[in-house]
Amino acid sequence: MTARRFWVFIEQEQGKVHPVAWELLGVARRLASQVAEEAQASGDEVSVEGVLLGHQVRDIAAEAIKYGADRVYLIDDPVLAQYRNCPYYMSIAAVAEKHQPEVFLIGATTLGRDLAGAVATALRTGLTADCTKLEMGEVKGAKQRLLQATRPAFGGNIMATIVCRKHRPQMSSVRPRVFPAAPYNPDAVGEIIAEETGVTEEGARSCILEFVHAQEDTVDIEYSDVIVAGGRGVGGPEGFAVIKALADAMGGVVGASRPCVDAGWIKYPHQVGQTGKTVRPKVYVAAGISGALQHKVGMQNSDFIIAINSDPNAPIFEVADVGIVGDLFEVIPAMIKEIEARKEARV
Amino acid sequence: MFHAVVAVKQVPDTTNIRIDPDTGNLVREGVPAIMNPYDAHALAAAVEWKRRLNGRVTVISMGPPSFTTTIREAIEMGADRGILISDRKLAGADTLATSYVLAEVIRAIHNEDPIDLLLFGKQAIDGDTAQVGPGVGVRLDMPVVTYAVGIRAIDLDDDTVVVERRTERWTEIIETPLPALLTCEKDIAEIPFAPLPDLIKSLRYEPEIWTIEGPVAFEQDMIGVRGSPTIVYQMGTPPLPEAGEVINTRETSIDAAVTFVFQKAEAAGVLGTILGGEK
Ligand SMILES: Cc1cc2nc3c(=O)[nH]c(=O)nc-3n(C[C@H](O)[C@H](O)[C@H](O)COP(=O)(O)OP(=O)(O)OC[C@H]3O[C@@H](n4cnc5c(N)ncnc54)[C@H](O)[C@@H]3O)c2cc1C
Ligand SMILES: Nc1ncnc2c1ncn2[C@@H]1O[C@H](COP(=O)(O)O)[C@@H](O)[C@H]1O
Repeated sequence: MTARRFWVFIEQEQGKVHPVAWELLGVARRLASQVAEEAQASGDEVSVEGVLLGHQVRDIAAEAIKYGADRVYLIDDPVLAQYRNCPYYMSIAAVAEKHQPEVFLIGATTLGRDLAGAVATALRTGLTADCTKLEMGEVKGAKQRLLQATRPAFGGNIMATIVCRKHRPQMSSVRPRVFPAAPYNPDAVGEIIAEETGVTEEGARSCILEFVHAQEDTVDIEYSDVIVAGGRGVGGPEGFAVIKALADAMGGVVGASRPCVDAGWIKYPHQVGQTGKTVRPKVYVAAGISGALQHKVGMQNSDFIIAINSDPNAPIFEVADVGIVGDLFEVIPAMIKEIEARKEARV
Repeated sequence: MFHAVVAVKQVPDTTNIRIDPDTGNLVREGVPAIMNPYDAHALAAAVEWKRRLNGRVTVISMGPPSFTTTIREAIEMGADRGILISDRKLAGADTLATSYVLAEVIRAIHNEDPIDLLLFGKQAIDGDTAQVGPGVGVRLDMPVVTYAVGIRAIDLDDDTVVVERRTERWTEIIETPLPALLTCEKDIAEIPFAPLPDLIKSLRYEPEIWTIEGPVAFEQDMIGVRGSPTIVYQMGTPPLPEAGEVINTRETSIDAAVTFVFQKAEAAGVLGTILGGEK
């Protein structure tokens, strides 16, 4: 009997969990269930496990169990209080060598990307970045199901499915919001296993002298319920005033396509798409956006998509739940008027 | 004397990649090859500090012979020495195999001419993996700072560098001992105009070509396809989602179109969200 462990890195900073951790626990649970049958046949034990590093973060380990982890390896040490590449990758590599996970998922955040490449190299294994689809599937010539990690390649024009045949763990990074969060079960039970870091402050190498918080434009579009996004069709920086007005009326935030960011009409944190953020709001309005693949990959998982475009053949209509062919400068003011009227009517 | 090594990769200019509308295939013809933009900025930072500290810059690249143009471009930008690691047996490398080769090459350079700083791009725009930099750092057991947006100070007496690193939440000011490896955002440095002498030098410059014959002895099962744990199992085009309903304002009216959208939103249960902007 062997243990088939599906690992998820539980990212936290200053005690705040990145929600991608809960999304990945959902993915890991699904992957684990895909091997359940074959594991039962060979008497193997399948488990979903979290790996959590930090200082005084035990309550987060308990949360991870409620999001579906059977077990959480907790490395709680002052040297891990702030994220730093060296102590984090070394600690994780050591725990991974001890417990031999089969699959290891890490969020493709700035922190996760910094970490994943280092961990994979330390473990001398394969890592597939920015996966949009993950399955445990049968692969010709392999005795067990393998992780089939699919990611966009060549600027999103082609989807490539990558497998890692011999090396373990099979590692993938996944961007936030590609998958929904795992269900939360307040009664779930699991184990918290304390592990040691083995890294001292001297071994940590780098030292963070200061944190500088940005003053301007720190919009968090990834986890907003409503996004109104403008594209080249808004015509210029002043066009975003119309977009902003609709976003305000809906209580949402402003998104944008890449050319608008490249042209300096709006800042990068607003960019949606392959080289920007992946989003899945309840409502996504795309105005003056043609719907290039690289934009669609960032927003097609939204619950409800409204497209406004003057070109009836714009590909954005292929992903929209409802589309309006028309001039956004006419349609949006009419939408705002309608929203205001309905709000009036409600009170 | 200050010595920086910059890893540069040649990439297709993906902003120019097109899909043939009839066949759905990638059109590769006429797509220009450029120096990976992040690497160009990393190189600019290296050159800036070489001028300040009176040092030198070596660029390395692993790839086919056509990468020599990128090395010449690096010389034009102010690099002093360019090494191309090129061999058929190195082809097909994934990020693990690539980091192995680059790390071994850097080790060899370091032995004859000690390195203070290693600069990589944040990521290569052809794959966007952002793995090779941290991978090389781990192999060389060097401190790694990713997403560097600025170098505040380099102290060659104390052997330290102070780097600004931008994350999603804040900017960190990090002090790290040298030698260190940074992966760079474009903000790390502006790309300057090449001075005439560098331009002339680049025209005549012949990069050193290193192969598996030497001067570095690579382990056969660490390079190329054999040294790559990941393989591409399948390729496909992204699935097409279901299209929704579209209404044309020219065929009805703006107001009718808006009403239609609100009906659809109500049916989908998101009307409350759309009207959520009270406050
Ligand atoms: C490697 C790579 C990565 C990329 N990453 C991203 C990314 O992360 N995000 C991203 O968005 N793009 C990305 N792109 C770019 C992408 O390919 C497209 O070029 C881009 O999304 C197009 O932006 P757009 O729709 O705003 O502009 P356009 O394609 O020019 O479309 C403008 C649209 O506005 C419509 N329009 C014009 N005027 C009006 C009006 N008055 N009212 C209504 N509609 C109007 C037009 O009909 C047109 O459909 C990437 C490309 C590559 C190669
Ligand atoms: N073949 C290569 N030759 C030289 N440097 C490379 C090569 N591949 C990647 N790099 C470096 O590693 C960085 C990250 O690449 P990647 O992990 O592919 O996104 C690049 O910006 C380069 O600095």
